[in-house]
Amino acid sequence: MADWSLKVVKPENFRGTANILSNGGKNPLTAMFGRDETENPEVKGYAIYAVFENLSEHKMEAVKAVFGEGESLCYESLTPVIPAAAWYEREIQDMFGLVPQGHPDPRPLVLHDTFPEGFYPLRKTVAKAADVHGTRRMDMSVARGEGVYEVPVGPIHAGIIEPGHFRFSQAGESMLQLDARLFYTHRGLEKIMEGKTPEEALPIVERICGACSIANTWSFCQAVEKIAGVKVPRRAEIIRTLLMEIERITNHVGDLGNIPAGVGFNPAISLGGRTKEMLMRLQERIAGNRFLRGVIVPGGVRQDIDSALLNDIADIMDKTKANVSDLSEMFAQQANFQNRVRTTGIVRKNTAVDLAMVGVGARASGFAHDSRKDFAYGLYPELDFKLVTEKTGDVAARLALRIAELKESFGLVQQLCNLLKADKSNDSSNLTVQIDWSTVSGEDWGLSESARGSNFQFVALQDGQIDRIFVRSASYPNWPAVTIAVQGDIIPDFPLINKSFELCYACIDR
Amino acid sequence: MFKVIERLLGDKIATENISLTGSARFRGKITGDCPENLRTACAKACPVGAFKVTSDGQGYAIDYKKCLFCGKCVEKAMGSLQHSRDEALPVITEDAAEITAEVIKQKLGRSLHVRHLDAGSCNACDFEMGAMSNPVYDLHRYGVHVDASPRHADLLMVTGVVTRNLEQALKMSYEAMPEPRLVMACGACAAGGETYGASYAIVGAADKVVPVDIYIPGCPPRPSAMIAGVLAAADMLAERM
Repeated sequence: MADWSLKVVKPENFRGTANILSNGGKNPLTAMFGRDETENPEVKGYAIYAVFENLSEHKMEAVKAVFGEGESLCYESLTPVIPAAAWYEREIQDMFGLVPQGHPDPRPLVLHDTFPEGFYPLRKTVAKAADVHGTRRMDMSVARGEGVYEVPVGPIHAGIIEPGHFRFSQAGESMLQLDARLFYTHRGLEKIMEGKTPEEALPIVERICGACSIANTWSFCQAVEKIAGVKVPRRAEIIRTLLMEIERITNHVGDLGNIPAGVGFNPAISLGGRTKEMLMRLQERIAGNRFLRGVIVPGGVRQDIDSALLNDIADIMDKTKANVSDLSEMFAQQANFQNRVRTTGIVRKNTAVDLAMVGVGARASGFAHDSRKDFAYGLYPELDFKLVTEKTGDVAARLALRIAELKESFGLVQQLCNLLKADKSNDSSNLTVQIDWSTVSGEDWGLSESARGSNFQFVALQDGQIDRIFVRSASYPNWPAVTIAVQGDIIPDFPLINKSFELCYACIDR
Repeated sequence: MFKVIERLLGDKIATENISLTGSARFRGKITGDCPENLRTACAKACPVGAFKVTSDGQGYAIDYKKCLFCGKCVEKAMGSLQHSRDEALPVITEDAAEITAEVIKQKLGRSLHVRHLDAGSCNACDFEMGAMSNPVYDLHRYGVHVDASPRHADLLMVTGVVTRNLEQALKMSYEAMPEPRLVMACGACAAGGETYGASYAIVGAADKVVPVDIYIPGCPPRPSAMIAGVLAAADMLAERM
């Protein structure tokens, strides 16, 4: 029995049921994904899941529409009533060929123009390494009018960043509209992981994204551990939570050094860069890898954190704290910096709620969404920390939010280190539970709050092998907000606005 | 303003010498004599097929271009294999020889312009490339600059396994570069292409699409390993001029 209330409906009742679960937009759409169950004798067809977070009761509520054998693959689009569904429905159309009728923007999303029409890679009939070539229409959405011109940017950018194509519709310096074509780094990871055991899939899960390595791995492990009915040893839970907070600190500090790069504020870039390097080295000393890869495994963790490392962590945290406080002073004292970040790239609270935004993006706009508070996982229910929000939703708010969250995370790291010190059960048997996957079947979800927001994963296992995995990382619901945030701002502010969200491409492209 | 000046005056030079040795837990090159009965298990445990059983020498060989340094083989080898703290060194195609640390030390004073291309990376390599320019590694001290356009670049640093959606971008970037030009496949994805296995959306390693001159092992390679590769490239470019 999966950890959610699930209603199974016919496609014609899908939109109505989803609308009830969304509770007038109060319960955000966490994820929506398709599944090929043609080989399952009870379904014999395709299915779409829509998962909602009931924020008042702290639980997941899902609806599953089943498209039976020989039935129409069309359904009434949810997007007109639940705007957050827009990307998910386009992705499901690309991957499974399930058509959302009445979708306001049904262009392809994931598969670009070298893939033929009618190629649906997540259907079980398609081979993993299918080498299919063709063409499909990929139009960009642009504004037209007298004096309006287009600025194409990417997929290869001037800096060292991930690939995405941006099409700005400009009236002079002002951005009227932005259309982003992403999914350039789509690697087909969900398809690749099908048929693998959780242990075989682990190196891939760790490499969905570099910056969210711990968050993705933790979500995945939660999902498969729930299916197997395994409870992770307490010491392993403490270590997982500690690693998550260190990953958050590293990412936030990286952003404090990166956002000033959007305006060429060099002393801050330099101090941020140095502080991040210090944290990356700490991560290597903890995990043997600068991105904390190789520690979290299904059933627990593979490496312990001993008292020498705990002292090391405390020392680096003290140094980081001092540098963050200096950075925050630098930002506050520099009037021309404040001038650039204030009122730039605004996302309003109702936009954040409508798009079901998560993490820093949501909280900076006053939408108090944090999986660490909304769902009890890891050690978070025992720990003392505040959910921080800002109101203005601009670049300055996202920056201030990160600084405030860093303070909370420093507190969390200290609490977790103290818990590890007090916990004397540090022999290796207390770090992992061995799981025999061969008999494990079922479906469930996992969730963890990464530096960017909640990372959700759905996993279905059949005799210990992955039948379907869906990865929805924090950047996925936040990306559409970037295109809204830029409207009316000037084009030189785009790098700054983009950096203030700091969204991953690899995470969403998969 | 006061804080900026205080830090500018107060901070000492952060730039360090490049070291290719990691911390105590760092998973670097694999050493040890793996007994015959364990070698097959090690090879089977390797998620990317980098660990191969051989009939000569030490009985096994590791393709560092593919290796993720995940430690699975070390785990299966029951203590007979260890990760050394040394990074695997860049592999240069011309003589397929690994460059030595001594050679790298002599490579100062070259000028090289680099263009980065993410061909489908998980962004770990990208972040480490970005770190090359931070004050600790300070790539600029070697006369190496990261350029905005492939048209100004001598070296194309490719990160990530080449995806179908980026194959054209990689080809066009390579063609836009002036000659002589070099290509570096940076990290296990671009160098080995086996990180995730095969899929409908993956073309493969960078050398499936463009000719590659230098391979940097690691998942991701540390900034120091990347700099070692860049310096080797500076030398190669001088020879081709």
